[in-house]
Amino acid sequence: MKVNDIVVQLKRINEDTVLINKKSRYLHKVKAFLFSVLKFIILLGISYIIIGPVISIISSSFFSSTDVYNPSVFLFPLDPTLDNYRLSYLRLDYWKTLGFTMLYISAITLLQVFIASMAGYGFARFEFPFKGFLFGCVIITIVIPTHTIMLPIYQHFRNWDVFGIFQAVLGHKLNLLSSEAPMVLMTLLGCGLRSGLFIYIFRQFFRGLPKEIEEAAFIDGAGMWYTYFRIMLVNAIPSVITVMVFSMVWQYNDTFYSGLFSIPIEHNITVRLSTLQATIGFLDNIKDPNISQLNVYAGLILVLIPILLVYLALQRYFMEGVERSGIVG
Amino acid sequence: MKKNRITLRQKRAIVGLLFIMPWLIGFIVYYVRSLILTTQFSFSLVDIADTGGYTTSFIGLDNYKYALTQHPQFNQILVNSITNMLIDVPFITFFSLFIAILLNTKFKGKTAVRAIFFLPILLGSGAILQTLNLATLNLQGGAASTIAEMAPTSGVNVDYYIGIFMELGLPDQLMTYIINLIGRIYEIVRASSVQIIIFIAALQSVPSSLYEVSKIEGATTYETFWKVTFPMVSPLILTNVVYTIVDSFINSDVVRIAYTTAFSTYDYGLSSAMSLLSTVIVCAILFVVGAIITKFTFYYN
Repeated sequence: MKVNDIVVQLKRINEDTVLINKKSRYLHKVKAFLFSVLKFIILLGISYIIIGPVISIISSSFFSSTDVYNPSVFLFPLDPTLDNYRLSYLRLDYWKTLGFTMLYISAITLLQVFIASMAGYGFARFEFPFKGFLFGCVIITIVIPTHTIMLPIYQHFRNWDVFGIFQAVLGHKLNLLSSEAPMVLMTLLGCGLRSGLFIYIFRQFFRGLPKEIEEAAFIDGAGMWYTYFRIMLVNAIPSVITVMVFSMVWQYNDTFYSGLFSIPIEHNITVRLSTLQATIGFLDNIKDPNISQLNVYAGLILVLIPILLVYLALQRYFMEGVERSGIVG
Repeated sequence: MKKNRITLRQKRAIVGLLFIMPWLIGFIVYYVRSLILTTQFSFSLVDIADTGGYTTSFIGLDNYKYALTQHPQFNQILVNSITNMLIDVPFITFFSLFIAILLNTKFKGKTAVRAIFFLPILLGSGAILQTLNLATLNLQGGAASTIAEMAPTSGVNVDYYIGIFMELGLPDQLMTYIINLIGRIYEIVRASSVQIIIFIAALQSVPSSLYEVSKIEGATTYETFWKVTFPMVSPLILTNVVYTIVDSFINSDVVRIAYTTAFSTYDYGLSSAMSLLSTVIVCAILFVVGAIITKFTFYYN
């Protein structure tokens, strides 16, 4: 009898816990559902904030001049036209300018990756005197705004010389402005656009890699340079991609250095875009800003597409790269 | 056999120095030299020669005095830029952490949403932003008001909602802060995309065992956030705050005014003084903020 009682009681407890479990599971599900709805709303709203202007730019770029002044037109043009694209394409000298720009930013990006990863590797894996102080200097280059040093740099490249060689041979110093040379030189010496940040990213990444790889390579007789090129850099592909994307996008969109060194607009499509409205006003006599603005929008889309394609191609690796590169301080 | 004079340690030190050599040369040639020259400029009257050369004559603190006491705009712009920066930094930091946490959970279309959140890096700065601003700038005046009239109103009376919140008795200053931020939500979102990416990286590196343990111990989501997630990403909060301050400083009006002073009015001395003043102030802010945050930062290792 007693045993039966206990069994009955146990059963009841069991049923109770099942019920409670069911209840809490149900509650949990509701909570999770509410959370995902909230998440959806927030993400949708913010995504809209980001792409809203892009949508209206895309739709305006198809407007014809009558649509601009038609009060009933909203987002969908009544009289869609490709004329804006045709004109912008012509005035941007699209393929030629784009070709130059891509060549330029690819070269800069390669240098950036190469130099920054070398410095990052040096800081991550080797012990040398004043290492802490020198890395502090890297941090300083991240923090100090470039405009603080822009005047001397401008002057430096206006009258460029290495140990007085050009002064002695040519009789005058070189003027490197109005060309890509200053930017290439600065990147080559690890002081390009946000190079400090890239050095930091690479250093954090190399620090996270296991030392055993290098030790194995060293024991097998690989030199330190060989280890860096063939083993470490290959392992660092995720952070290489991260830096590549950041470097390309920032370089493509840079106005500071291209303005400071007055890089010719024929070689820089984004800067050329910013003068597009004036060009069209002058050459095609479209003075109405409402209409020339449509051409700017079309030009903007033309300029955005190539870098977006680059980004989308690298995006997958990039997100993985960022996650694995462990920028963690 | 010849005895090797250099130990392995010394050899590694030399190789290490070789690895950072390009950067080191660049740092000395461009940064150290430039900083010294900028300081010199700021104490002098700079004359630009036709050939692009220049001569300097020492005038002491005159440039600084002029910038701070006589220049019509500099004071105001400096104060405004720094206040804006201080207002934005806490919000951008928490906003990006919040979004990073949302983006770090699993859901459909994650890649697409992440791609969208990366877009502002492309759209929100540099030449493309300038073009957009220029295009809208040209619209101001008659045409712009026509456009404003033609634009369909959203049908939401914002003032009404603001009124409701005001009547709730929230402190006025808090309300103005929030309204101010919401009014600039686009800029805020634009300014926080790099930080979001950095925070996602940080969140990915939190060991999942910590979450499992806290779940087993019966911690609520709220507790888990403050006791696990927050401390674990706190090193990155410092990185992000520093990045936010530097980024908003670089895009601020102070930089613009220094730039125009140098290249439109060719007053190099004044421009250098302005640059140095603002840089010193920002470095001081960074130092103070860094010191405060480091105190609350938790290092796992």
